[in-house]
Amino acid sequence: MDALLELLEKNARLTTAEMAERLGKTVAEVEALLARLDKDGALLGYHAVIDRDKVGDVLVSALIEVKLTPERDGGFDRLARRIAKFDQVTSCYLMSGGYDLAVIVEGPDLREVARFVSEKLSTLDGVVSTATHFQLKVYKQSGFLAADTHEDERLPVTP
Amino acid sequence: MKPLEDRIADHVKRIPRSGIRDFFELVQGRDDVISLGVGEPDFAAPWHIREAAIFSLEKGQTSYTSNLGLLSLRECIVDYVEGQFGVRYDAKSEVLVTVGVSEALDLVCRALLNPGDEVIYHEPCYVSYNPSIALAYGVAVGVQTKVEDEFVLRAEDVAAKITDKTRMILLNFPTNPTGAVEPLEELEKIAQLAIKHDLLVVSDEIYSELLYRGDSGMERGEHISIASLPGMKERTILLHGFSKAFAMTGFRLGYSCAPHVLTEAMMKIHQYSMLCAPIMSQNAAVEALKNGAGEVEKMRRAYARRRNLLLSRFEKMGVPCFSPGGAFYAFPDIRKFGLSSKEFALRLLEEENVAVVPGDAFGPAGEGCVRACYATAYDQLEIALDRIAEFVKRL
Repeated sequence: MDALLELLEKNARLTTAEMAERLGKTVAEVEALLARLDKDGALLGYHAVIDRDKVGDVLVSALIEVKLTPERDGGFDRLARRIAKFDQVTSCYLMSGGYDLAVIVEGPDLREVARFVSEKLSTLDGVVSTATHFQLKVYKQSGFLAADTHEDERLPVTP
Repeated sequence: MKPLEDRIADHVKRIPRSGIRDFFELVQGRDDVISLGVGEPDFAAPWHIREAAIFSLEKGQTSYTSNLGLLSLRECIVDYVEGQFGVRYDAKSEVLVTVGVSEALDLVCRALLNPGDEVIYHEPCYVSYNPSIALAYGVAVGVQTKVEDEFVLRAEDVAAKITDKTRMILLNFPTNPTGAVEPLEELEKIAQLAIKHDLLVVSDEIYSELLYRGDSGMERGEHISIASLPGMKERTILLHGFSKAFAMTGFRLGYSCAPHVLTEAMMKIHQYSMLCAPIMSQNAAVEALKNGAGEVEKMRRAYARRRNLLLSRFEKMGVPCFSPGGAFYAFPDIRKFGLSSKEFALRLLEEENVAVVPGDAFGPAGEGCVRACYATAYDQLEIALDRIAEFVKRL
């Protein structure tokens, strides 16, 4: 199972036949493993990791520190789930330390992200404060280095 | 003036040109070659190891070290060796840090052989064994291992070569170029032979982390060093290093673990020829041993996946290939195509731009096979295998 997850995390586009070839298993075995992961809800989804600079995309991304008032029943969960449901929110984590939620928001431009924060996020009952940090440059995301140009510089034949 | 050729020492002149080198010259200069001909990882050394080397340079650590190597490194080595091989050495007197295992092997031969002493080694094997013995005026006595026997070294074949001049047995498991792993019962018999005939054993265990267990090879196999067998530590020179498992070939760092008297003898040569191994490599190696296990396992699993691909493709294209238990080489048997291994490799290069190394470059016992290294990016490996499939279809 671990070996399969390791493969999927690196490249989810492989066909089951290709996964089988790498794992030394049969296609049927791989399909059974995938079905089990699916049933357990262990696979939340598959996505491409895109270098936005390369495609000329002008998407704006921000990390927002959110402070919340915890509720008597359930602490932060109800509010956190509510925030996470917004389409603009790509990731949402409960954090230890100086603030409660780390919310990552994407939008077509700065103004859109700012509007989301001021109109949607900060107006929610229970949100005490927000601090918005805009992302300036991507060096690594989801385990992939941006502009990684490691070339094979080995000699072609060595002992 | 005498011709310059006549100035070359006889024992150097007698050493033939390396088959690897011949082939290298053919491959070099060709465009779009996918090479399965390399003998090193395609990964760069893990970043935390490179970063430790950079940090040591920043701190200005650019001096000589003790001839034996940094004590801090030797202390890490003895702990690591105990964990990996189950043998405990003394960091102060039984460990020598060298410039790669190649230097360590050279030191062993020069320090422990008198002219005419015989060393038994198994073929096909790493290209430098035979010359290292010959350069120390020793006599290299090859024992052939066979593809039908999955390149296991049979103790009875070793026994047949023992004479009153035999001084050492040189082992390399997992083996470059075959990927073979020695079964414990044969290893035990070889140990018995060494004890019975009072021989030293030199064991090059550079690939010992890269072992694949079970059908899929995703689990790491267990390595057993001959040094750990009863009565063997006192007659074994254990050679290991950082090149393969830690992907640190260019750092040129290896080590030997051996009884104090033998270590001292090797050190005598090392101190006058090399002085010490480079300090930046030694600093990087400390980091590798302290924090590198996770990265090593990650790379091993990547090799395991590629090995699975390679073996399943060879099977599909009808190229017999035994399932290698270690290293990152496969050694497919190409005899059914009616070509010598050199012809096979040459035509594969010319017709499909894929480089593999002819098996005879690793000694005559390698004839009939080629070495395909799967330490190559997965997508490249796939293309190479597609091309090999096309090629063998035409044969």
